[in-house]
Amino acid sequence: MASTEKHHGGAAHGSLKEYTIGLLLCIVLTAFSFGIVMTEAVSGTTAVIVILITAVAQIMVQLVFFLHMNTSSDQIWNNTSAVFVVVLVAILIVGSIWIMAHLNHNMMMGH
Amino acid sequence: MSTELSAPPADYTGYVEKEQHHDYGGDTVFGFWIYVLSDVILFATLFAVFAVLGGNYAGTPELKDLVELDYVLKGTALLLFSSFTFGIAILEANKGNIKGLFSWLGATWVLGAGFLAMEINEFIHFTEAGAAAWSSGAWSAFYALTGTHGLHVLAGLIWLIVLVFLIQKEGLTENNKVRLMCLSLFWHFLDIIWVCVFSVVYLMGVL
Repeated sequence: MASTEKHHGGAAHGSLKEYTIGLLLCIVLTAFSFGIVMTEAVSGTTAVIVILITAVAQIMVQLVFFLHMNTSSDQIWNNTSAVFVVVLVAILIVGSIWIMAHLNHNMMMGH
Repeated sequence: MSTELSAPPADYTGYVEKEQHHDYGGDTVFGFWIYVLSDVILFATLFAVFAVLGGNYAGTPELKDLVELDYVLKGTALLLFSSFTFGIAILEANKGNIKGLFSWLGATWVLGAGFLAMEINEFIHFTEAGAAAWSSGAWSAFYALTGTHGLHVLAGLIWLIVLVFLIQKEGLTENNKVRLMCLSLFWHFLDIIWVCVFSVVYLMGVL
């Protein structure tokens, strides 16, 4: 109904169909992630890459279907701030791992 | 004749009239979104700590020897379904159906509490097996990360109770709708963080 579709800036509303599709996709992605580890289908670096890609996919699914993020103009500041935070998070995590790995390497005296 | 500008009316303040019809609710939800993003940075630092210290067991039991993935999967399912039930609760709120809203919020609360109970049970089990928060760098990083997520879930559960009381007292006012939107953002965000936790800590820890 049009009367219930009241939009606040920065807060979009979903529909039952949207939430159901989101839930089903999340179940599939979670089951896939746990499945490859529990059945030991893949191992080592391949497994790490597959798990990370599946996790990113599920985060995207939840952002779109549960949090209703989209590219409409009334969400421009939500999206801008989110992209900024993604950059910060990447610097934080990649930077920490990078620096500490080098530090470990340099601390190994006589090697 | 007069080419001068006429004097402004007595009640003229210089403000543009349109600005006074401000979208208060939207601003609040956007502000809360900024808070959620700052919480993402908090979790990013904890993930960085875990990435750096996660292997430093110093002789304490390793995660892959203690963790039961079936158990983690059950907890994950509880949290995922609670995210879904909160979504349905929002739909009921949009229809103005307070009874439906309360039932779905109740389902969300039970699922969230179930997740938290399972996590606490796991912590007790790990601690008894010699993997306490003070045992080694790896376990300190583990408890700091999963424990911070657990505390957020606890905060969400308390907020849920408070909000239900508020809605019962005042009805679905504009203010309460905005509060409900903020809590729904918070709850979905907790599930997104948990996706990162089970992928990086549990699944990659077992490999």
